[in-house]
Amino acid sequence: MRTLDLITQVLEIIAALAVAPLFVGWINQCRAWLQNRRAPSLWLPYRGIRKLFHKDAVIAERASGLFRIAPYIVFSAMVLAAAIIPSMGTALPFTTAADAIALVGLLATARVFQSLAAMDIGTAFGTLGARREMMVGFLAEPALLIVIFVASIISATTALPAITENLATQHLALYPSLAFSAIAFTLVLLAENARIPIDNPSTHLELTMIHEAMLLEYSARHLALMEWAAALKLFNYACIGFALFVPWGISTSEGTPLTLLASIPLLAGKLLIVGAGLALVETVSAKLRVFRAPEFLATAFLFAVLGLLVHLLLGA
Amino acid sequence: MTGLPFDLQLLNLCAALLLLVSFAMLTQRRIVNLVNLLAFQGTLLLVATLLLAWRTGQRHLYLSAVLTLALKVTFLPWMLHRLIRRLEVYWDTEPLLNISGTMLVGLLVVVFAFGLAQPISALASTATRSSIGIAIAVVLLSFITMITRRKAMSQVVGFLSMENGLFFGAMSATYGMPMIVEFGVALDVLVAVIVLGIFFFQIREQFDSLDLHHLESLKEGATVAQADSIVEDS
Repeated sequence: MRTLDLITQVLEIIAALAVAPLFVGWINQCRAWLQNRRAPSLWLPYRGIRKLFHKDAVIAERASGLFRIAPYIVFSAMVLAAAIIPSMGTALPFTTAADAIALVGLLATARVFQSLAAMDIGTAFGTLGARREMMVGFLAEPALLIVIFVASIISATTALPAITENLATQHLALYPSLAFSAIAFTLVLLAENARIPIDNPSTHLELTMIHEAMLLEYSARHLALMEWAAALKLFNYACIGFALFVPWGISTSEGTPLTLLASIPLLAGKLLIVGAGLALVETVSAKLRVFRAPEFLATAFLFAVLGLLVHLLLGA
Repeated sequence: MTGLPFDLQLLNLCAALLLLVSFAMLTQRRIVNLVNLLAFQGTLLLVATLLLAWRTGQRHLYLSAVLTLALKVTFLPWMLHRLIRRLEVYWDTEPLLNISGTMLVGLLVVVFAFGLAQPISALASTATRSSIGIAIAVVLLSFITMITRRKAMSQVVGFLSMENGLFFGAMSATYGMPMIVEFGVALDVLVAVIVLGIFFFQIREQFDSLDLHHLESLKEGATVAQADSIVEDS
């Protein structure tokens, strides 16, 4: 193991922790511009988190230990996920521990604990949100797995850095299968991160909310961790997308400090573009009824499976 | 994949998009979009034909590309749009199966079609032999589109899309049918659509609706069905 690899690893985790709220701030800013509103400050998510850390936590009387510990589990799952997703370099010492399928499992663990914690208090909203979250999750997960399988079959490995490196260094070719998977992945990203066609991240309207309903009982540092974890999740999903579909510019295993440095502005550029794109999608589309969500995710599944089948048939 | 020349890659992309368009048709609720998708399918077919013609140097493929452009990209969609305007049927009724169910059935059909095509592809010697499976899948998906729709309009679109699938199949398996057959099929489709267009007006005159469900009942029941349809449509 080279020292550079270790530096890359540490840098990636720190970058994920630091940039995730900024990424959310950027999306909110773009959305405000597109909707002709005055944009909130880019740093607003940081201020929110800092404010919450300074407050005293209020916890419901009936809350069990699970409720208290869930934010820490969810947050650490997201940090761990950030550690094994290649965002700047592919030579990451941690990634030998977990491949792409384990990554999906890690995200699922976070979801399970979040839902359990939401049900723990026993309020109607928490249970409602948890149930909806599980419904979205169980439909989105197969689609995500198949998206990863398509990339895995092309690269003949399930290790995410190896897939990224293979796709980044390969001779440029048209892959209809990867294009289909990219569409499927975008749909999964929107659904899993409580973005607009499925959930509205900026509302607390009882009948429609999913993610916010689960966090209603949380306050202070717990809420700060949960919101930070949500930002990290979005960042992680964006980085999985980059790793699978636009891996160019990432520092490979033969990388030098220079390529690592060069990958940082590239990552920033990709994040800027994707953030603006997400804001655009959220502005032009309306929120779906909850009962239409399965249809939305079935479309994602369809795209993913079509990608897989097309790859198997055409070899492309 | 890296070894494939670029035009073949583009052909594969066209094939993949054709499959996607078939799925889009299967799940589309609005009839206007259905016709637009048909036009897009025709355009994809045109691009694929031109690419193949350029690649193989087969002259007659250019001719069939012209035929595709005239008939499938321009005339038929225009005709269908006109029919929609004159009949004022912009919406299809809910398909018989729900959308997610239809998609899953469609996926199974695609798997079946790919399995079916494997021995045929193994025997074919064309550069595009791997797309035969997609052509069969397009035909079968159009079948499902026809089966799961009630309105006459969407069934006609399904029928036309099936013809597109057959055309693509012939192209991938043997670089196109003989010219005389192609002309015959084109003429058939043209006449079929014109005749069906007249039929639509007749059906609506009789039943006040384009729901083919009404055609299933015998004459005695027709009055009842007619009364039903008036209640439904109002």
